[in-house]
Amino acid sequence: MSAEVIRLSAPLSDPDVEQLKAGRQVLISGKMYTGRDAAHKKMVELLDQGKELPVDLEGQIIYYVGPTPAKPGQVIGSAGPTTSGRMDAYTPRLLAAGLKGMIGKGMRSEEVKEAMKKYKAVYLAAVGGAGALIARSIKKAQVVAYPELGAEAIYELVVEDFPAIVVNDVWGGDLYLEGRKKYAI
Amino acid sequence: MARLCQEANFQLGADVLAAFEKGLEEEVSPTGRDIFRQLIENARIAREESVPMCQDTGFAVVFLEVGQDVHITGGELYAAINEGVRKGYREGYLRKSILGHPLERKNTGDNTPAVIHCRLVPGDQLKITVAPKGGGSENMSGLKMLKPADGVTGVKKFVLEQVSQAGSNPCPPIIVGVGMGGTFEKAALLAKEALLRPVGQKSPRPEIAQLEEELLTEINKLGIGPQGLGGRVTALAVHVEVYAVHMASLPVAVNINCHATRHKSIIL
Repeated sequence: MSAEVIRLSAPLSDPDVEQLKAGRQVLISGKMYTGRDAAHKKMVELLDQGKELPVDLEGQIIYYVGPTPAKPGQVIGSAGPTTSGRMDAYTPRLLAAGLKGMIGKGMRSEEVKEAMKKYKAVYLAAVGGAGALIARSIKKAQVVAYPELGAEAIYELVVEDFPAIVVNDVWGGDLYLEGRKKYAI
Repeated sequence: MARLCQEANFQLGADVLAAFEKGLEEEVSPTGRDIFRQLIENARIAREESVPMCQDTGFAVVFLEVGQDVHITGGELYAAINEGVRKGYREGYLRKSILGHPLERKNTGDNTPAVIHCRLVPGDQLKITVAPKGGGSENMSGLKMLKPADGVTGVKKFVLEQVSQAGSNPCPPIIVGVGMGGTFEKAALLAKEALLRPVGQKSPRPEIAQLEEELLTEINKLGIGPQGLGGRVTALAVHVEVYAVHMASLPVAVNINCHATRHKSIIL
């Protein structure tokens, strides 16, 4: 990691996310939630019905992950990011509900990028396929909603120096587009 | 079977690791180089601690080469394969990612059934290869029935389009498997089989080896880079498999594998 790594403490505030520019490496410590397709679908259904979410998303980060089962003695199994695009259909609703950060891998839709600017939220990439390495930065993991979903349940994670890279910032920056443009021949 | 499922997920092959080292040398993007270092460290942890390198421990894709002189007794071979997958995924703390029906989407709970491809070969041996396949890279695969007039230019264009559209989604650096020729389903199977070849091993056919080299060069000019964050190493290898083809057809299939290209074999 370069010297320009920003240390973030989660949950996040507006000033926290405003300082993050696409391409910046960060180390996150604090609390975050997990969530994949099934949990997102359920949360948006609750919002549609005008009901309360099982967790308060104000300032929170959702990490798109479906870990492997923990071995005895492990906090969590391997826990790398899953493809974020599958959450795009649900994401703007959750950003409106206060979500400030998302960690996953892969491109987001234009709707999500617009919503990120509007609600001041960031999208970060973790290294896909580095599940064993990333798990080392997860110190606690506890199911807080939808236990029936198994690997897709919502977990509350306590992380320490969780490594990620800012892809989409609140200023419209997009590392996937900029990085590719920079290195294309 | 159970052991093969686990070893495939815990132990990244020496061929892939060597490709990581080569990628680390060749990558010019600092972020990209950092990602290679993380992948090498990740593979070390997975091997030393017997944990999956990636949480997507995949669909168990099994290739059987059954010698025609082999007589299998004591039960059904496919049932035995599935029992091995069940045991391997349960006891190895691997993720169960398989849903019983594409629309009902209920998890089968034990990562079965496997996808089994069986081929009859001469001899008296039984070779089993397990290649767990992740969903993220599989989703970025595609097949096109080209016109014969499209020729090699059309083939290259389609492969490049497929990799370009996939972008960051299939967890680059990727391995690109291409199946060319045969029928619709044969081309797809060839593309999958291409991924079983040791990473970077060239096709024995000189004209295909050259096509592989040209495709790899073109793909790495796209700028996608490790994890799609920008860089010059988007693919570690391109493997092309070919088969005879109908005079009216030119099927091309592209099967993308993430950098966690996992396969383990045993010969009985």
